[in-house]
Amino acid sequence: MAGGKEIRTQIASIKGTQKITRAMEMVAASKMRRAQERMRASRPYAEKMVNVIEHLAHARPEYRHPFMDTGREEKRIGYAVVSSDRGLCGGLNSNLFRLLVRDIKAKQDQGVEVDFCTIGSKALGFFKRFGGNVIAQATQLGDAAHIQSLIGTVKVMLDAYGQGRIDRIYVAYNRFVNTMTQQPVIEQLVPIHAEREKDLGHHWDYIYEPDSRDVLENVLGRYVESLMYQSVVENGACEQSARMVAMKAASDNAGDLVDELELIYNKARQAAITQEITEIVSGAAAV
Amino acid sequence: MAMTIHVDIVSAEGEIHSGLAEMVFAPAEMGELGIAPRHTPLITRLKPGEVRVQTKPGEELHFYVSGGILEVQPHMITVLADTAIRAQDIDEAAAVQAKQAAEEVLAGRRAEFEYARAQGELAEAVAQLRALEKIRKGKIS
Repeated sequence: MAGGKEIRTQIASIKGTQKITRAMEMVAASKMRRAQERMRASRPYAEKMVNVIEHLAHARPEYRHPFMDTGREEKRIGYAVVSSDRGLCGGLNSNLFRLLVRDIKAKQDQGVEVDFCTIGSKALGFFKRFGGNVIAQATQLGDAAHIQSLIGTVKVMLDAYGQGRIDRIYVAYNRFVNTMTQQPVIEQLVPIHAEREKDLGHHWDYIYEPDSRDVLENVLGRYVESLMYQSVVENGACEQSARMVAMKAASDNAGDLVDELELIYNKARQAAITQEITEIVSGAAAV
Repeated sequence: MAMTIHVDIVSAEGEIHSGLAEMVFAPAEMGELGIAPRHTPLITRLKPGEVRVQTKPGEELHFYVSGGILEVQPHMITVLADTAIRAQDIDEAAAVQAKQAAEEVLAGRRAEFEYARAQGELAEAVAQLRALEKIRKGKIS
C-alpha cells in the first residue's frame, strides 16, 4: 500500500494540532468576553475625559500647562506602542507595526528623530529587530493591567517631554471595532489638541477652583492615565478576539486538511486492494 | 417646563448616570456647589462626598463619589469620579468599619504620612455614612 502509513501519521498529527487550536479558541473566547466587559466599562470615562480635554483645548487659561503647548516644533517625538505579550493572534501586531513603520518613515523623512516606549513583549521584540531607540518598556502585564505599571513606563516619556527633549508623544494601539475587526490607530497623547475646530474666535475660559494650575495638573494627569489605560484595555480586547478568530480559522483549516488527506488515504487503500485482486486473478489464470 | 441641564456621571468602572436635571449639587474642593442650567464654564476637583441630582422639584438622586473632577458647561455637567456609587448600594457595615479603623489610626498618630492617609480615609467613610443617612431620612418622611 503506497504511502498509506505516512498519510495516516500525517492525519494523526494534524488532528493533534487541531485539538490545540480548538482549545486555544475556546480559552480566547472566554477571555475575550471578560476583556470586552472591561473595555466597555471604562469607555464612558475615557470618552468623557476626552470631551473635557477638548473643551480645555478651546479654553484659554492664564496658566499654560506644558501639555497644552502646541506651538513646539517637531524635532524629536515619542511613540508609546501598545502590543500583546503573546503571539498566535493573527495579524494584530503586524498590522499595528506596519502602520507605525509607515508613520515613522514619514516623520524621519522630515528629519524628525523618534523614541519608543513599548508595552507588551511583541513590541519590544519588534523594535529589537527593527532597531529603534527604546527608552522604556513594560511586559507581562497580564489580562487585567494596572494603571500604575503603565504610568511608570509612560512617565519616562512624559518627563522627557516636560524637559523639552521630546516635542510630541503619540500612542499606537489597536482599537476595538467589533470581534472581527480591529483597527490599528496612532493618537496624539500630548500636547492635547482640539480635533474639531468649532466655536473659535469667541474668548472664554473656565472658572477654576481652587486655581487653574492645580486643577489643570490634576486633570491632565488623569487624562494621560485614562488614555493609556483605555488603549491597553482596548488592545487586550482586540488581542483576545483576534486570537479567537485566528484559532477558529486554524481549526477549520485543519479540518479541511484532514478531510482531504482521508480522501487520498482511502483512494490509496482502494487502489492497493484492487491491485492485489488483479494480481491474484491473473496469477490464477496463469496456472 | 423648567430649564434643565444634561448630567453625566462616569467612573473608571462604568457609566453611573446620564440624564437631565434641574439642579446639581456637588462637593467641590472649595465647598459645596449648586449648579443650575446655564452656569458659566467651571472646572474643579471634587472631595469625597455626595453628588445630588435634582431631576424634578422634590425628587433627588444621590451618588457617592470618592473624589474626581467636575466640569461644567452651560448645557452640560460632567462628573469624572474616581469611584462613584449609587447611594443605595453603599454597604453601611463596611463604611462604619472603615471609619472606625481610620479613627483608631488617627488616635495612634504614628507617622506623618499615615496620618494624612488616615484622614483621607476617614473623610471618605464619613461622607459615605452621611449619604446613607440622608437616603434613610428621605425614605421615612
